[in-house]
Amino acid sequence: MNMTMLPGRGLEADMDVSRASGTAEHSVSIVAAHDWRGRFAMAATDLRDTASLWRLVWTLSVLDIRLRYRGSILGPFWLTLSTAVMIGALGFLYSRLFHTDTHTYLPFLSLSLVLWGFLSNLTSEGCTCFTGAETMIRAMRMPLSLHAARVVVRNILVLAHNVLVIVAVFLIMGTVPGIYSFTIIPAFALWVVDGLAIGLMLGVLCARFRDIPPIVGSIMQIAFFVSPVLWSPTILAHRGIGIVLVKWNPFFALLEIMRGPLLGAPIELETWAIALGYSAILILLSAISFTRARARIAYWV
Amino acid sequence: MAAIHIRDVAVSFPLYHGESRSLKKTVFAAASGRLGQDRKHRLVVEALRNINFSLKSGDKIGFVGSNGAGKTTLLRTMAGIYEPVSGRIDIEGDVTALLDAGQGMNFELTGRENIRLRGLFNGLNDEQIELLQADVADFAELDQFLELPVRTYSSGMVVRLGFGLATSIKPQILLMDEWIMAGDASFMDKAKQRVETMVRGAEILVLSTHSADIILQWCNRVIWMDKGQIKADGTPEEILSAYLTPEQLALAKSNLLKVAA
Repeated sequence: MNMTMLPGRGLEADMDVSRASGTAEHSVSIVAAHDWRGRFAMAATDLRDTASLWRLVWTLSVLDIRLRYRGSILGPFWLTLSTAVMIGALGFLYSRLFHTDTHTYLPFLSLSLVLWGFLSNLTSEGCTCFTGAETMIRAMRMPLSLHAARVVVRNILVLAHNVLVIVAVFLIMGTVPGIYSFTIIPAFALWVVDGLAIGLMLGVLCARFRDIPPIVGSIMQIAFFVSPVLWSPTILAHRGIGIVLVKWNPFFALLEIMRGPLLGAPIELETWAIALGYSAILILLSAISFTRARARIAYWV
Repeated sequence: MAAIHIRDVAVSFPLYHGESRSLKKTVFAAASGRLGQDRKHRLVVEALRNINFSLKSGDKIGFVGSNGAGKTTLLRTMAGIYEPVSGRIDIEGDVTALLDAGQGMNFELTGRENIRLRGLFNGLNDEQIELLQADVADFAELDQFLELPVRTYSSGMVVRLGFGLATSIKPQILLMDEWIMAGDASFMDKAKQRVETMVRGAEILVLSTHSADIILQWCNRVIWMDKGQIKADGTPEEILSAYLTPEQLALAKSNLLKVAA
């Protein structure tokens, strides 16, 4: 299928609401395509249109958060508070269980839990990014990747509230971020791209196969326990199984490129290579599923 | 100039969630005679087949046909929501579709927030959005309700808000489904004025309705849809005299005279 549509360019509103951009009319061509080239061009246009509608994506995400906490006194800071309570409680319990010092364990745990929370919300909300936007999808033509972008931006906003807890833990425990902390900037950029890929891929799969969301939920739950989120990977350092659970674990690689530098670890090129490798696979799968299914999403939701 | 060209368009809906294909097949086939199989032999409902027509500026077209004839699906396809499985659609001009009263609004958000979202979707800046909010609120007579969630509105208010929203950002092509006829008499007058101002500017109006009065009032061309295909295409007089019984047509005309008087 083929389309070149940018909603709103040149729309003219009544009264003094003047044209948004010039007087040029725009035209749309929707062509049923059965080849990959045509479909890919349509998917690329879809992503471009989403980028040009970034203000809408931002506002939708902000309203999502505001709506969730409308009428509550603390508002979105409930996110911060509940994360703080969780990290406090788990931190003291597990530092006992693992016989580690709270001064090293709490900063580790706060980073791990907040980042994992971001990842796990992204996957579960990514599953419903299209099915949850059914009314919008059926009411007007808009780029579909917008709904995946909305999930990513919304979760970045949630993350921003939770980062306060990490800052507080670091201050209280006197932890100083490592000198390579600047590398979390490219690492987070990779997370954002991966997040969009996850949203698009899971959104498409879950719109088509309604059994996927619970499966994704269980996988993420198992992944939480088998990955070094609550426990430090050093525990397994001298055991054979550690290689499998840590080294080739995509979740560990992705977590570690964010967590490692902040906790003072040196830059591990191998971890980065693994994270980039898994991301490339994810992006490829996501591109295939979105390109293939984009035109059918409106029928499935 | 606005124009729409629709060539060999077909739309089919996949039936994925049926467990007993054969039962479904029998029921649907008996009901409509429109079941088919796509290239991969999945069961699909052929909602539209061989649709060909062109619209140019000034066309005010009405779709008539029984329930399930494909009128709403055709509107959704023209709006670019359902992409066809074959054929192509070329649209020149900005399209607004009034397909359901909700207009894709989030009913938990306030009227003001929903208008803001629509403005952002249409690429308006903050200043223009404020004007849009004032204009829509004025048309929809929302007053203090503007700050309340849309779910607290009466259904009439939702219809007015949706209609105001869709027509305030002036489209060149307006696609309307029959729900709009649900408004009360005073709203209908207002709506008609607003649509007429729009249509006068050489734009295209596409309307799907069961009401012959509305067709006679607003349209200069009618397409008769039947089982997902175009059965006839012509002037309102021609089509309605074939589509309706003579008594129904006479009744519609007398209603029209009453309205005019």
